[in-house]
Amino acid sequence: MALLVLAEHDNKTVKKATLNTVAAAQKIGGDIHVLVAGHNAGEAAKAAAQIAGVAKVLHADAAQLGEFLAENEAALLAGLARGYSHVLAPATSTGKDIMPRAAALSDAQQISEIVAVESPDTFVRPIYAGNALATVKSSDAIKFITVRTTGFDAVAASGGSAAVEAVQAPADTGLSSFVGREVAKSERPELTSARVVVSGGRGMGSGENFKLLEPLADKLNAAMGASRAAVDAGFVPNDWQVGQTGKIVAPELYVAVGISGAIQHLAGMKDSRVIVAINKDEEAPIFQVADYGVVGDLFQVVPQLVEELKK
Amino acid sequence: MKALVAVKRVIDYNVKVRVKADGTGVETANVKMSMNPFDEIAVEEAVRLKEAGVVTEIVAVSAGVQACQETLRTALAIGADRAILVETDAELQPLAVAKLLKALCEKESPQLVILGKQAIDDDANQTGQMLAALLGWPQATFASKVKVEDGKATVTREVDGGLETIALKLPAVVTTDLRLNEPRYVTLPNIMKAKKKSLENLKPDALGVDVKPRLATLKVVEPPKRKAGVKVPDAKALVEKLRNEAKVI
Repeated sequence: MALLVLAEHDNKTVKKATLNTVAAAQKIGGDIHVLVAGHNAGEAAKAAAQIAGVAKVLHADAAQLGEFLAENEAALLAGLARGYSHVLAPATSTGKDIMPRAAALSDAQQISEIVAVESPDTFVRPIYAGNALATVKSSDAIKFITVRTTGFDAVAASGGSAAVEAVQAPADTGLSSFVGREVAKSERPELTSARVVVSGGRGMGSGENFKLLEPLADKLNAAMGASRAAVDAGFVPNDWQVGQTGKIVAPELYVAVGISGAIQHLAGMKDSRVIVAINKDEEAPIFQVADYGVVGDLFQVVPQLVEELKK
Repeated sequence: MKALVAVKRVIDYNVKVRVKADGTGVETANVKMSMNPFDEIAVEEAVRLKEAGVVTEIVAVSAGVQACQETLRTALAIGADRAILVETDAELQPLAVAKLLKALCEKESPQLVILGKQAIDDDANQTGQMLAALLGWPQATFASKVKVEDGKATVTREVDGGLETIALKLPAVVTTDLRLNEPRYVTLPNIMKAKKKSLENLKPDALGVDVKPRLATLKVVEPPKRKAGVKVPDAKALVEKLRNEAKVI
């Protein structure tokens, strides 16, 4: 039995989500192959070959794969899938875009965002924003799976020495084309893989006030996140959103500032190891999941916290 | 041009779902049902494209039990022109729904299909992508901005690093993200008008689609509960706890 993992990469480096996905593949068992599909992605393919536990890297390199458009990526993936028992991708925005398309091309019902493997055909996945966990058994010959990265501890990025094999990409479908990208530049760790996350909610009051959280995030070397309310209010960009429809995070420490704790937000962070809540409303639902709560005005507590951390 | 919007009936966004004691699913008896919020955004977007003169007719479709008619009536009240229900009591999974929608697209020949990016019940996030695959059409998932002109759709998508814009040849499939628009409130006169609009009823067999589920749900359980911790009086006490008790900093 061999499994194929679709690597998340930027043509140069392999993203950490790939390491969590390889870990999920290991739980299923079998030879693990990793597909690096991109353009001028030799560096990424080399990095994938170093991942612990990977038996082979398939490298498809073509201009039409450079921006990871779903039409071309899925055509490639569905073609390669025939040789595998399982095809896995991380449940990132790229994985979620490509994988269902590849599954449908292969007449398979994808299993979305698994958080545990029970057996090679049975998986656990959250439904209803994580308010229930379903165990599902697939009857498809090839299992197409997206992996919730917080459910699996990443394998080591080095230690492996897999062979890299070139594979041919199908011709450009010509259905879609890349126009542009606005990527938020940040010196901070990436939200989904950060050890510490500092998030602000509606209680921050304005985008300007989010600056108050910066010294705290600096001190903790944290990524910054936000609740949907704060994003909808235009305080911060959409890619900061933590929750059911945003990013799912599970850092060692999650600091929720001025976040009430709507179900949809909790769905995105409740697997964090330690949760801290700072909120002036002592009845806020966030306190029901927080390990440590401070009831108080965030505009006083946060600067005090920064001072205490300096000591 | 014609637009098709797909809507799903789900447990209302504000209902706290309860897992059934026998572990077979979640409690749906006597629970408020509504249109999937992402689908509401899809209907709204189609209506705005019609108001802008881009779309000429909006067909709202749904698949599921007879009560999905109510969901379609809501879509008609927002501004869809007519509706089609593929009625079945069978459990429908995303691949089956995509096949039903493909059959409807072949029947209706829309230039644009808009769907929610995911339903808030099964959180699958698949149907739009699968439909695009089966039709051989381009797709733009997680849309936060849609512009249609000169035979193509230019769509800004919410992706992990920020925003990405792609251009699609028409016909195409678009799935909506939260910030695409804010759906309008449905007014009473529009609800009355919606009652008079056409609602066609079909069966999966009539469309030649096998909807047999590929995934068997073995059990549904509540996730492990997180216990509430302690309240600490101030920042100083908090840092002390984080350093010495949780040992996380």
